[in-house]
Amino acid sequence: MAEIVIKNLRKEFGSFTAVQSSSFKIEDGEFFMLLGPSGCGKTTTLRMIAGLELPTSGEIYIDGQEVGQKPASQRDIAFVFQMFALYPHMNVRKNISYPLVSQGMPKAQVKEKVAEVARILGIEDILNSSVSGLSGGDRQRVALGRAIVRDPKCFLMDEPLGALDAEFREHMAEELRALHDRMGATTVYVTHDQLEAMQMGDKIVVMNHGVIEQFGAPQDIYDKPATMFVADFIGSPPMNFLRFHESLDVGATTAHLHGEAVEIPALREAFDGDMVYGIRPEHIRLDDAAGYRGEVIATEYLGTTQIVTLSTSNGEVKARISSDQIAKVGDKVGLSFNGTTATLFDNQSGRAIRSALNEGVLSHG
Amino acid sequence: MSGFSVTEPSRGQKWIAGILVVTYALVTLLPLLWIIATGFKSPSDAIAYPPKAVFEPTLEGYVNLFTTRTRQTPDYLAENPPETWYDEIVRKYDMVVVGPSRYGERFLNSIIIGFGSTFLSVFLGTLAAYAFSRYKVPLKDDLLFFILSTRMMPPIAVAIPIFLMFRSLGLSDTHAGMILLYTAVNLSLAVWLLKGFIDEIPREYEEAALIDGYTRFQAFYKVVLPQAATGIASTAIFCLIFAWNEYAFAVLLTSGTAQTAPPFIPTIIGVGGQDWPAVAAGATLFLLPVMVFTILLRKHLLRGITFGAVRK
Ligand SMILES: Nc1ncnc2c1ncn2[C@@H]1O[C@H](COP(=O)(O)OP(=O)(O)OP(=O)(O)O)[C@@H](O)[C@H]1O
Ligand SMILES: [Mg+2]
Repeated sequence: MAEIVIKNLRKEFGSFTAVQSSSFKIEDGEFFMLLGPSGCGKTTTLRMIAGLELPTSGEIYIDGQEVGQKPASQRDIAFVFQMFALYPHMNVRKNISYPLVSQGMPKAQVKEKVAEVARILGIEDILNSSVSGLSGGDRQRVALGRAIVRDPKCFLMDEPLGALDAEFREHMAEELRALHDRMGATTVYVTHDQLEAMQMGDKIVVMNHGVIEQFGAPQDIYDKPATMFVADFIGSPPMNFLRFHESLDVGATTAHLHGEAVEIPALREAFDGDMVYGIRPEHIRLDDAAGYRGEVIATEYLGTTQIVTLSTSNGEVKARISSDQIAKVGDKVGLSFNGTTATLFDNQSGRAIRSALNEGVLSHG
Repeated sequence: MSGFSVTEPSRGQKWIAGILVVTYALVTLLPLLWIIATGFKSPSDAIAYPPKAVFEPTLEGYVNLFTTRTRQTPDYLAENPPETWYDEIVRKYDMVVVGPSRYGERFLNSIIIGFGSTFLSVFLGTLAAYAFSRYKVPLKDDLLFFILSTRMMPPIAVAIPIFLMFRSLGLSDTHAGMILLYTAVNLSLAVWLLKGFIDEIPREYEEAALIDGYTRFQAFYKVVLPQAATGIASTAIFCLIFAWNEYAFAVLLTSGTAQTAPPFIPTIIGVGGQDWPAVAAGATLFLLPVMVFTILLRKHLLRGITFGAVRK
């Protein structure tokens, strides 16, 4: 098992830069998520860690050893492909034992290892079947089997659940996480599904256009986004952005949205100019006493909670409130914000302004 | 099954389809049957008019194909009774077998040159196609177009330059020369066909093998090749059919040592009148290797033809 350190990793394809300059650290035994929208460079980053793509510049350390320019076969890692890439001309047993055969392991030992892996994954009964007839879930398990059979230093998975249907994804996600917890192997997992990343990951890197936007624990990334992109990409519905203009000093604890004072976490840096007040939907309450007003324009019932969309003088705002509370389209209501959870962003650059809430996260991010 | 079905053809449709297939098969197979039958006819039956569908089969054609004979005086024939069954057959015409004909050698030449050039085309074609499919090759598109362009004119258009080239290089009438020539002609087809097949094989298979600890060449050999088997088989059949049947260059460039069967078969006619049964026998035997080869690879070939259609 291993620790992976990425330093200033960069990848260019001709004149196009797929990965700008990534640096992050994956602790030993961590379930690490590479999250971002399509085309942001997640796969490219993962393939560079695997050795399937050579970096243009930068370093990759696996267990303290620089492997950036080494071929894949010398890195002792396992890779699970999105389409599984099971060898179609071999049966399940052969597929799983293939990596062992390449190491020249004796036959009896291979057999034993394969049996053990099959037991862990619950695929003992299909060992002798051809891979072409398998269901998506079984293919996934065989692909995992091929990865874990070798006891590699780490597992790299590129959207391993992407080919499964929604219902089954959740089940496999749990199975994967349970498997990881049992084996404690360092795992790097690529996904564009923020929910999957939040549910499964110990730590998340959020990428956009080849740039790392934020790197940290799921809870920190959700509560203390470092950029507007992260705040918007994570959470459903995403964080509300209310634009305003003001001059705030260090230590300020109130801001003014259209003349109404709203609470903010104590600022750690002064800012003068266009800002964005970012607040999660669940931190907004409908409160007739509140001075900041809005009009209900839509409601969406979600069981115990509902999403209420309001039109305000700073734009549209979504609030997640209890379903017990009555909100009808056309109602004019007051909005109160749980200001200590709010994040202020620089409207121009999109970066979060340092405050009592996020300063710990931003400084190491 | 009852009622109307979109996918299941009706009884009537099945009948029509059956009749069409049988008719088509008869039309295409008739000349073949004719050749095979003629090989077993006597020279007079072969040219009988109206043609004979029923006749007494004889091996005369095959004996004439494989032997050289001379006419002898009645005295000689009386003194030397036939020693073998084939000698006995030719005695009818006051002839004796004096030795084997060249057909065996020419047939062997065809096998060496046909299979040799097929192997070489497919071998080089697979490597080139793999490189074109997987690596960044400078000027890839131009190179591929250039390779294809070698097929744009009929090869025989360059017969004279090739003839002169072969003569000055000492390649005329050699096995190596003919293998080279047929390989050169077939290679473009092989590269293009095989590139299509290899493009269809997801790279992930090789990448998985690389990660599993195999070298690039092992990944190619153990993962790509088995997957490309279909394409390799179909390409090999196309190459063999061309090399096997090629006539014009064979006439032009070979005359003895390396002469293949196609230019040789017509020369049989000259031996003692118009010996159609021997020609037919030569043609019949000549058909066999390609037929056997195709039947052996039939499973792959069928999959090869439908390959692009079945995969998404
Ligand atoms: N071999 C390549 N040559 C040229 N451009 C490439 C190559 N591989 C990837 N790219 C480009 O690099 C960018 C990042 O690709 P990458 O596959 O890493 O994205 P991703 O984050 O994995 O996206 P997705 O969620 O769609 O898989 C894309 O714009 C892609 O077109
Ligand atoms: Mg990807």
